[in-house]
Amino acid sequence: MFAYIIRRTLYAIPILIGVNMITFVLFFVVNSPDDVARMNLGMKHVTPEAIEKWKADHGYDQPLLYNADAPGVERLTDTIFFEKSVKLFAFEFGSSDAGRDIGADISERMWPSLAIAVPTLLLGLLVHVSFAMLLAFFRGTYLDLSGVILCVVLMSISGLFYIIAGQYLFSKLFHLVPVSGYEPGWQAWRFVLLPVLIGVFSGLGASGRWYRTIFLEEINRDYVRTARAKGLPELRLLFRHVLKNAMVPILTGVVVILPLLFMGSLIMESFFGIPGLGSYTIEAIQKQDFAIVRAMVFLGSVLYIIGLLLTDLSYTLVDPRIRLS
Amino acid sequence: MPEMRAPEPLSNPLNPVARWILFILAGVVLAACNDQPWNSPYPPDQAGANILYSSFNARPKHLDPAQSYSANEAVFTGQIYEPPLQYHFLKRPYQLEPLTVTEMPRPYYLDAEGRRLADDTAVEDIAFSVYDISIRPGIRYQPHPAFARDGQGEYAYHRLDAAALDDVENLDDFPLSGSRELIAADYVYQVKRLAHPRLHSPIFGLMADYIAGLKDYAVTLREADKALPEARVLDLNQYPLSGAQVLDRYRYRITVRGKYPQFQYWLAMPFFAPVPWEADVFYSQPGMKERNISLDWYPVGTGPYMLTVNNPNRQMVLERNPNFHGERYPDSGEAGDAEAGYLDDAGRELPFIDKVIYSLEKEAIPTWNKFLQGYYDASGISSDSFDQAIQVGGGGDISLTPDLKARGVHLNTAVSTSVYYMGFNMLDPVVGGDSERARLLRRAIAIAMDYEEYISIFANGRGIPAQSPLPPEIFGFREGQAGINNYVYAWTERGPQRKPIAEARRLLAEAGYPDGRDIKTGKPLVLYLDATGGGPDDSARQNWIRKQFDKLDIQLQIRNTDYNRFQDKMLKGRAQIFQWGWNADYPDPENFLFLLYGKNIKFKHNGENAANYKNPEYDRLFEQMKNMENGPQRQQIIDRMIEILRHDAPWVFGFHPKQFVLYHAWYFNAKSNLMANNTLKYRRIDPQLREQRRHEWNQPVLWPLGLVALLLVLMVVPAVVSYRRHENRRVQTVQS
Repeated sequence: MFAYIIRRTLYAIPILIGVNMITFVLFFVVNSPDDVARMNLGMKHVTPEAIEKWKADHGYDQPLLYNADAPGVERLTDTIFFEKSVKLFAFEFGSSDAGRDIGADISERMWPSLAIAVPTLLLGLLVHVSFAMLLAFFRGTYLDLSGVILCVVLMSISGLFYIIAGQYLFSKLFHLVPVSGYEPGWQAWRFVLLPVLIGVFSGLGASGRWYRTIFLEEINRDYVRTARAKGLPELRLLFRHVLKNAMVPILTGVVVILPLLFMGSLIMESFFGIPGLGSYTIEAIQKQDFAIVRAMVFLGSVLYIIGLLLTDLSYTLVDPRIRLS
Repeated sequence: MPEMRAPEPLSNPLNPVARWILFILAGVVLAACNDQPWNSPYPPDQAGANILYSSFNARPKHLDPAQSYSANEAVFTGQIYEPPLQYHFLKRPYQLEPLTVTEMPRPYYLDAEGRRLADDTAVEDIAFSVYDISIRPGIRYQPHPAFARDGQGEYAYHRLDAAALDDVENLDDFPLSGSRELIAADYVYQVKRLAHPRLHSPIFGLMADYIAGLKDYAVTLREADKALPEARVLDLNQYPLSGAQVLDRYRYRITVRGKYPQFQYWLAMPFFAPVPWEADVFYSQPGMKERNISLDWYPVGTGPYMLTVNNPNRQMVLERNPNFHGERYPDSGEAGDAEAGYLDDAGRELPFIDKVIYSLEKEAIPTWNKFLQGYYDASGISSDSFDQAIQVGGGGDISLTPDLKARGVHLNTAVSTSVYYMGFNMLDPVVGGDSERARLLRRAIAIAMDYEEYISIFANGRGIPAQSPLPPEIFGFREGQAGINNYVYAWTERGPQRKPIAEARRLLAEAGYPDGRDIKTGKPLVLYLDATGGGPDDSARQNWIRKQFDKLDIQLQIRNTDYNRFQDKMLKGRAQIFQWGWNADYPDPENFLFLLYGKNIKFKHNGENAANYKNPEYDRLFEQMKNMENGPQRQQIIDRMIEILRHDAPWVFGFHPKQFVLYHAWYFNAKSNLMANNTLKYRRIDPQLREQRRHEWNQPVLWPLGLVALLLVLMVVPAVVSYRRHENRRVQTVQS
């Protein structure tokens, strides 16, 4: 297994270089270094000299990807891409274009993101799996049909609608929770409650249907029939045997996103005023802050790769037949 | 014989799910016990406190006065830093008055040899204007660790090593703080900082043209900075600047090239606020930047407020500066101020509010909802919520909706000192130039561009059509019939009326384009609008503009591009028609009329005259006008300049946006002052009334919780019944 982990880690390097390259190209197709300089210097009284000086001070005065004027290998290393990318691999994110330390910002903002994402994931798993189990239990009945229709309806509605409707109903109309905001520590629960419930409810449709399909596939297997013939109560059968054996596909969907919980939810954080990493990324894109965008995409890629690796490892835990080699 | 089962061990009778439900219910009950509305986003200990609540939607980029230039930054810097001058809070037209100075500085003039000249010397003979500025003694800085001294009287935090910063995350982690008196050297120090090579002050380019020696000073500093290691800070006190000198402890001198009366307005901006050298030394120590501890994030000032929490990721807090030198609410204003209650606090000690909490709000809808619930004290009106806030009568009169009136909300409107316009590139062979043909074409387009409709559709009526570059409240602006653009409008009993499209078509025909076709070639006239948009909102606007040109049968091609390429096009003089805007730096006609001054052309010179308009008479009058005091003679010259612009039509004067702000009944002294950015000290609130209203408006509605519980029961009970039936059925099947 150790060799497998090493190999997967080595595979990650070209992937990360590729992701970094794509981010770089996409960003600078839309924005030139001059744009970035203007964005930071403001729109009034900006002279070409000031733009050049800003670019020089922030390392944007070199060619983007290839420096034809440089000798030898410096043609590749004396470029914005190389200069801005190498340190990422040592997780040195440096300063944003506005001058703030990105590492400090990330370490501060990941906690509010986790405060929403972790309860949403755990409660969501509990509710979605239970709901799907119920549908599987009542398969072929009107209850099952109603549940599937409900799932399709829930899936068809935009996530933004749940947020706006949730805020309107529970905050504006019923005055039960704050519309938006955040307090660190235990006080956070008042601000996190509604986003978590909305997150769980809005995911019910898709997850409910997906888990139901998995459970239905599992529920018709021979071992289930045998267990049922032996008189095992249906609930115990479902939650102890079917669920355990359906874990591989569930883990595929869940473990891979575990590391990404740090990254936060873009829209949810924005609407609820949660100062997490999701809103941090959105803000950076709006402000054309390449340093932050690059760092967040890189971090997201690393976490995603870790998630995939963890998923593979978790298979060995839930299914002893699987061996990583 | 039935098998005996061992008794189950004693355990918690509640399963984990029930425990969680109880925990949440306990939280809800606890929340209900603290006497605050359940939906209050603020801690209970803030109830009834003299705190103003506001929001910000993007973190301010710079709070360093040498760098900060955006309106969302001025919200903070304006309260913390004190430049020498400020705008009178109530008087209009806008008037400057002393803030930290003993009296308004009056410049005296020197010739090139440094000989003093009489005040009425011709402008061309004046080589330098000298401002000797005297500040008031006894003004002190806010408490700050940069001033803290240890037992030996040495600065406690000026020689920190990396280990000393191990436990430091923000300024509060420094146990000691200190203060000192404001001195003239602090103002001079800040003028020098404008040229600092690591700061990129946005006004350096402009000020280098005016402040004597500043351009060369920047070169000197750049060279000195290159010679220093990265971690070291430039000691600006070692490098003298001829244009900014300390005269004594409380007096300093700024020398400006030529005559530049508008310089006094710059003295009311944070760019010229004092910065103590101790702050630069403190913040430049190794490890500070990595912790986001810098002057850009923790300002040091003498103003009525100080920034005590700067977490731009969540909240920023201004608190009363305990060392504030004191100031009193103005006892006079303009006509109507007394009736409006703006003079009720005349003579009272400032500031009124103890603390201001700005919370990060990225979206307009939650911000609006919190305003309606009383959790924000004032609010702008986004287009999403406009219909909920404002109703427009048949005659175009604007009022609040009944709901807001019932809540006691007040509406304040003020026309911004801004102008949005459509410009013609005067270098373009079709729309530009001084020919009568091009001039008539431009005038025809000016009539066709129905900005009244534009304001109604795209700005919810929040704007007034512009008759010239000058907005109201700026000297030179004329009201009524005398102020209308006679080439585009006709004066009627109902006020200015845009001339009919037939008149525009007549002008177009006279220009040689009858029915939108070139009379010489017979080909349709195709014009090009260079724009930076491309989004859905821009698309609607651009379609509207196309429609305006369609009225004249002119085909308009819109060339969308990104802002940088657009800038490049403008710099190279390749655009044909464009749209732009200008927001005043200061309330002087020069700051608008210079947008069409020949020496400021954009083409190759990157000036602000984007239309590349050049008219010798206009330029001559501008040079004359810019150095004059406000008065009838200046008005006369401005009238003539505006007439030239209306005649030549290098711009279609678009509109001046109107600002709408809503205030709750507990908010006082809410008069808009669009030039001053330090108005927080004048505002007052009634926290008791706010508390009462918040409780009235936010009583929790509990029946939905019961309904949800009932729905859950209705869902669970059939499931349980069905499950039991299912289980029993199985048993029966086995038994049978």
